[in-house]
Amino acid sequence: MNHFSLHDIALQPELLRNELQHPACGGYAAFEGWVRDCNDGRTVLRLEYEAFAPLAVREGERILAEARQKFGVEHARCAHRVGPLAVGQLAVWVGVSAAHRGEAFDACRYIIDEVKHRVPIWKKEYYQDGDSGWVNCERCAAAAPQAPHRHGHRTG
Amino acid sequence: MSAPELYGLVLTGGRSRRMQRDKASLEYAGKSQLARAMELLTPLVARCFVSVRTDQLHDPQRAAYDTIADIKPNLGPIGGIHAALHAYPDRGWLILACDLPFLNRATLQHLIAQRANTRVATAYRSSFDRLPEPLCAIFEPRSLKIVEESLAQGQQCPRALLSRSDVELLELPDPRALDNVNTGEEYAAATAALGAPAAAPSPATAAGIATLRRLNVRYFAVLREQAGRSTEQLETQASTPRELYDELRQRRGLTLAPEFLRVAVNDEFGDWRSPLADGDTVVFLPPVAGG
Repeated sequence: MNHFSLHDIALQPELLRNELQHPACGGYAAFEGWVRDCNDGRTVLRLEYEAFAPLAVREGERILAEARQKFGVEHARCAHRVGPLAVGQLAVWVGVSAAHRGEAFDACRYIIDEVKHRVPIWKKEYYQDGDSGWVNCERCAAAAPQAPHRHGHRTG
Repeated sequence: MSAPELYGLVLTGGRSRRMQRDKASLEYAGKSQLARAMELLTPLVARCFVSVRTDQLHDPQRAAYDTIADIKPNLGPIGGIHAALHAYPDRGWLILACDLPFLNRATLQHLIAQRANTRVATAYRSSFDRLPEPLCAIFEPRSLKIVEESLAQGQQCPRALLSRSDVELLELPDPRALDNVNTGEEYAAATAALGAPAAAPSPATAAGIATLRRLNVRYFAVLREQAGRSTEQLETQASTPRELYDELRQRRGLTLAPEFLRVAVNDEFGDWRSPLADGDTVVFLPPVAGG
């Protein structure tokens, strides 16, 4: 089964959910990430995701394998959109099935957190004022101040 | 005794170290190399497979066909040949690289017609160096033992293997039929020769200068916009990703400081200070923002 996937059309949670059904599972947890109309105080009209597909899938699969091992869950699945999205649309879907609810919730949380920080996917926001920008990248110029900077890359 | 049934194997598993993209997906006249190779070979053999690395098993382009996954990783073409011979040891195997844009049906038919199944393999002489050409050749069941012996000795070159084996060697009916495509320039030349539009070729410079590496760069997101392109191929003295980034920052006006970036080499996270090899594909990864 392909556990981590990229899609340039609308995600279908009900189909993704069906992939996780297993007789040994008494618990299922899912997370949906939606496009929000506001970021950093600016009104967002739409956005675009871009992925470095081969490495994104590889790293995504690694995260899902980690989650399965770490939390002992039965199935873990993540699907991420690429391309243009409108406000309210489903951008990312994570689902986990497990024997009990606790590990399903924990694994789901772990996966979305790791995906946001590790998978090479980028987001460009288009704002109401006509401006646009790549999230997490706009303050990374060489001349940027030395102040601590929050961004997606983990070291090591 | 009749010849062992002939199966076909299209090799796509390579890391395409000299191209900036997956070789299998390169297009000639609107068709991917993989699709083209499968179309040529499938009607001529009993069954036809695509050779894949285990991490390519879910690649949709390859998964559309029957696949045989490498048993031992990172051996290059011989790993694919080995996996096929191992999977169906009583079949002959017509091995075909997917990056042969000039290959035609007649070349394959001639190879099959001249097949000498009492020998280890049937192959064409390269019109370039007169050595056996292993990536459009028929490997007989008995070659499995020789392949395994070679691998046990750490020898991974299928040409060397054929050169010292009992091989039926044929002259190519069309001397260009097995010319292959390993660089952007060669791709541009091949597409031009085949009458299809090519991406603008980068200027060819003298090959073989030891200090120059030919590298492929892919740009994404903010760096793609700043560079004004998605890919480029260049010859450079840069020996590490860090040196390469410094060079490109100047040339392409990239504003991101390297401290904010990660680097990937050949589709895997890499190290800024590791030496680059000729043909490597480098991606500088801006801060990510999935989810």
